[in-house]
Amino acid sequence: MDTDATYQAPSVDEIKTLLTERFAGKVNVTKTETRRVYATLPKEIVHEVCEYIHEKLTFEHISTVIGVDMVDYMQVVYHISNYHTGTMIELTTNLDNHDLHVQSISDIWVGGNWHERETYELFGIIFDGHPKLERLLTPDTYEFYPFRKSYKLRGQE
Amino acid sequence: MAKDVLDIKAESAVMDTDKMWIIMGPQHPFSHGLWTLKIQVDGEIVKDAEPIVGYLHRGWEKEAEARSYPKIIPMADRLCYAASMTYTHLFCMTVEKALDIDVPEKAKYIRIVADEICRIQSHLMWLAAVGTDLGNFTVFLWCMREREFFMDLNVRLCGARMTTNYPRIGGVRNDTTELFDRDVMRCVERFEKVLMDDIVTLIDDSSVFVSRMKGVGYLTREQTVNLGITGPAMRGAGVDFDIRRDDPYDNYDKIDFDVPVMTQGDSYSRYQVRIEEMLQSCKIIRQAVQKVKALGKNAPYRLKVPSNVPAGRSTVRLEDPRGESLMYLISDGTDKPYRLKVRSPIFTNVSAAKPLVQGCRIADVPVVMAMIDMCLGETDR
Repeated sequence: MDTDATYQAPSVDEIKTLLTERFAGKVNVTKTETRRVYATLPKEIVHEVCEYIHEKLTFEHISTVIGVDMVDYMQVVYHISNYHTGTMIELTTNLDNHDLHVQSISDIWVGGNWHERETYELFGIIFDGHPKLERLLTPDTYEFYPFRKSYKLRGQE
Repeated sequence: MAKDVLDIKAESAVMDTDKMWIIMGPQHPFSHGLWTLKIQVDGEIVKDAEPIVGYLHRGWEKEAEARSYPKIIPMADRLCYAASMTYTHLFCMTVEKALDIDVPEKAKYIRIVADEICRIQSHLMWLAAVGTDLGNFTVFLWCMREREFFMDLNVRLCGARMTTNYPRIGGVRNDTTELFDRDVMRCVERFEKVLMDDIVTLIDDSSVFVSRMKGVGYLTREQTVNLGITGPAMRGAGVDFDIRRDDPYDNYDKIDFDVPVMTQGDSYSRYQVRIEEMLQSCKIIRQAVQKVKALGKNAPYRLKVPSNVPAGRSTVRLEDPRGESLMYLISDGTDKPYRLKVRSPIFTNVSAAKPLVQGCRIADVPVVMAMIDMCLGETDR
């Protein structure tokens, strides 16, 4: 398929083919369902892939940016949706515990801004290039990241 | 003498006046909850704005990791008191997807009825709030009166008025009570008349109401989409998307309804979308109640489900009265979630406060912000 063309309402199979052809060997489409595409990718190309999905596949809306603490490593999950077909792409990327940096996507979708801020304050994942990476829900004085697994609730210690 | 007098007009054109920050909230009649909107004004015109949230942050997602799945259901109710049914429904659907089970038909239709009742009462609560924001107390009283009838339907269905604790993983808690369909039909029938004849007429015939809503808080379709605004606020700007129709869950694909879309993109069109949505909800309720009745009294409404959820991930999204809500569950084979993320529509909608109020007058700020229907329980989680 033509990976440089613009698709307004690509089908699930088309998305799978386009992503695997354009980013051969890097983006791995793990599963597809009705109106759902699941993919994993290395963190270096997150911004590039998101830009492609936004510009060429017409995915106009970012639903969430989710942080996950897997203890040995961290994950960032993106949910991106298309308003013409109702399709949603789920991108998962792994971050090393020693290097919790990933390129911010809030320049592509402004709606991702607060989701990234929330993930930063609760997990300590740093989004490079974010316009205002400050604490949002918790007080500025917090020096810990409450949603990490190492932070125990009272009664769990 | 004349030399000493300043030419005010010429002077004010070049004079650099200080812009002032006004802090609206956290306790402010317009905020409908605990949050702050910092606005920078140049005279009457808003130049910059910054919403501050987090006063109600309870660590909901972290707390959920310490509880077994059924114990999260009442917690999900408290995410939003005005739309508790949809959040519980969403949580149950997420766990059901992780368990890979299909709930009985009857439960699906009962959930649709419950969701739409919840949507109407949430929209009525919003309309009541808009009434007070715009200075008309009659709208508030009439909407609250109408809302009471839908509260009574909730009581008929599950015994509680607001935090209903009704959907269950694998179905719903109990079957519909006797004559529930009759009560629903009567209530809906009456409501459609009252809404259109009394409340909407009262608002649309009032030139004060209409002129305060028309042309303020304007956003284009591209801006709306890029800012991540969802729900009626998005459909008021010409985005033809509704998760119930375009990404259907439960049995919404077997029900016939329209999705109201307006293209003007101002506060008035957001208001019109919500009014039309209430009427469409009535249409959905009528059909779903008939289906529940047609399935008969002995149809199953709940499945027995295992308490441990197999390891995996599941994502479900749902059309909340306020927009797109989404839950992302990571299960690890135990009876507690490893991670449960909630995407709240208002969290993203309120982050768009700056482009919404920029260029408005101070007096218009409450009107513009009322159109995103604030609910802090789900924003801060």
